[in-house]
Amino acid sequence: MEIKDFIEKFAEQFDDTELSEFKPETVFHELDEYSSLIALTIIGMIDEEYGVTIGAEDMSAAVTIEDLFNTVKSKM
Amino acid sequence: MEVNNPFSLCGKTILITGGAGGIGSAVARTCVELGARVVLTDIREDALSETLASLPESQTGEAHLAITADLTDAGKLSTLVDACPPLDGVVLNAGVMKLTLTQFITEEELTRIQKINLNAPILLTRSLLKKKKVSKGGSIVFTASAAGVYRVSMGNGIYATTKCGIDAFMRTVALEMGPKGIRCNSVNPGMVETALIGSFTEEQKEKEKQNYPLRRFAKPEDIAYGIAYLLSDASSFVTGTALKIDGGMTLG
Repeated sequence: MEIKDFIEKFAEQFDDTELSEFKPETVFHELDEYSSLIALTIIGMIDEEYGVTIGAEDMSAAVTIEDLFNTVKSKM
Repeated sequence: MEVNNPFSLCGKTILITGGAGGIGSAVARTCVELGARVVLTDIREDALSETLASLPESQTGEAHLAITADLTDAGKLSTLVDACPPLDGVVLNAGVMKLTLTQFITEEELTRIQKINLNAPILLTRSLLKKKKVSKGGSIVFTASAAGVYRVSMGNGIYATTKCGIDAFMRTVALEMGPKGIRCNSVNPGMVETALIGSFTEEQKEKEKQNYPLRRFAKPEDIAYGIAYLLSDASSFVTGTALKIDGGMTLG
């Protein structure tokens, strides 16, 4: 599991945010487009792509995209 | 002077499932007459080619498309989605009906009707949204039914159940996709003069018409015009709505 690949899939769940905004250190909660609905699509993507179930609390606990990546990795 | 017509479908590309059938081919014709380019799909290859050949030319400069597909086949469904151009509208219209009293329902028949009427439109919607084939400002319309959603009738339990499922799914998609600027609604016809009501006898049909204040069944066009409204910008603020087109049948 590569972080580059994870970020790509993470970004795919957004429609209006520039690709350049998505970096390992991006504080994703602060993206204008981020919403509870997007959080659910990210949870769905992680389940489908990595076979890992994460909860809303994991989403809240992760500050950056890299944090979330590490959460997923730790559960694989 | 150019007149603004919010009901126009000019410049829109619309996918229609069950495109060769009674309601589907009327929807195709109506959409094209209102300026759209259509992508038709149906399991019946010959009927689909006939419908395609009968349509006026597309005004967008891009030809209409016809793709034969059995939407209960995951591989065919995926091929269809990949072949679709970016869409401004989707009409999930394919469906079947068979009258069976409850004690004669077989698991095989239940599964078959459910796959066509419920699973296929749900899975197609999923794939279209996932692959971002529906453009922002797009509109998804299901052909649901008055059956199940507004009333039930004897022998129609399986069909009515699938249409109730579509109603719930339609409202869920409206809720989820609203923030992305995609609307989702349904039309809910009563009896329509198509092959689908072939399992009723003439006598049953005449008797049934007495339940319709307008004393007739719908013509496929009556339903197509409702669908065209929901596809058009005239319904920009309408989402999650089940539009009853039943000649007043459910009033009494």
